[in-house]
Amino acid sequence: MITRVLAGETELFHELIRPYERLVYVTIFAILKNETEAEDGAQETIVSAFRNLKSFRGEAKFSTWLVTIAMNEARRRLRKAKTAAEDSLSEPTEDGERDFAPAVLTDWREIPLEALERKELKEKLREAVKALPEKYREVFVLRDIEELNQEETAAALGINVTLVKVRLHRARMMLQKMLVPYLKNEAPFRDQGRPFGSQGKPGGSQGKPGRGGFLRRWFQ
Amino acid sequence: MNLECKHVWEHISGYLDKELDPELLAAVERHLAGCEICSAVLDSTRNILVLTADDRTYELPVGYSERLHERLRAVVGGGG
Repeated sequence: MITRVLAGETELFHELIRPYERLVYVTIFAILKNETEAEDGAQETIVSAFRNLKSFRGEAKFSTWLVTIAMNEARRRLRKAKTAAEDSLSEPTEDGERDFAPAVLTDWREIPLEALERKELKEKLREAVKALPEKYREVFVLRDIEELNQEETAAALGINVTLVKVRLHRARMMLQKMLVPYLKNEAPFRDQGRPFGSQGKPGGSQGKPGRGGFLRRWFQ
Repeated sequence: MNLECKHVWEHISGYLDKELDPELLAAVERHLAGCEICSAVLDSTRNILVLTADDRTYELPVGYSERLHERLRAVVGGGG
């Protein structure tokens, strides 16, 4: 379809882009967390993708190419919105003088599916993602929201795979720390005589969910 | 290989992404089986990722697609 668009059937671009509309919007929104800005940015990204379509060589996936443009657009808008000074203050160095340890819990219960459905929790998550330093947020958005693989994420951000892994791990640990208080409040089944931790026994296959279907998108 | 908690935490992401080599995986699982604290860290991190991957966490604004294609029409033509 790309070839046909380039050959002059430009109106086909509507159909070409349709499967990727969400990807572009969510990428930018997760970075900016402003609906209006994100929508403007998504439109700019998609128009820019059309104008630069001939530079798409097919070496990367079309989605990765689009995400790269979206990420650049989000960065550009972010830069406009904040001063360089704020930027440098908020970002830790890569080797981390900062503490990336997770929050240690003493009364954790695996939260039930109903709690994960709650709107407030989703809002807390969006806020926490927004609060991540930019370089961690970018990797988290591409890997865990957009579900790009490591190589695609590395390509979209212009960094290597090792750095993707390091930043992703740190992003997740920072989110765990930020969100644990809310997750704990959502857990209604405390102190029912079960020993702590007994419901979510790991020890099966790696990353396997504790209950069927619960983690469908992650572990299938 | 016996791991301490702080070493297990370093591998939480690798564990969730199924990237640990078999020896390390076995050590992490052995530790998790006997450590409530690390099990809780794992569960909480995993829950966050489940929530993240839920399409409803990031929803599109109403009318987004229509507005996008309207704008596109001016650039590429067509009916959208």
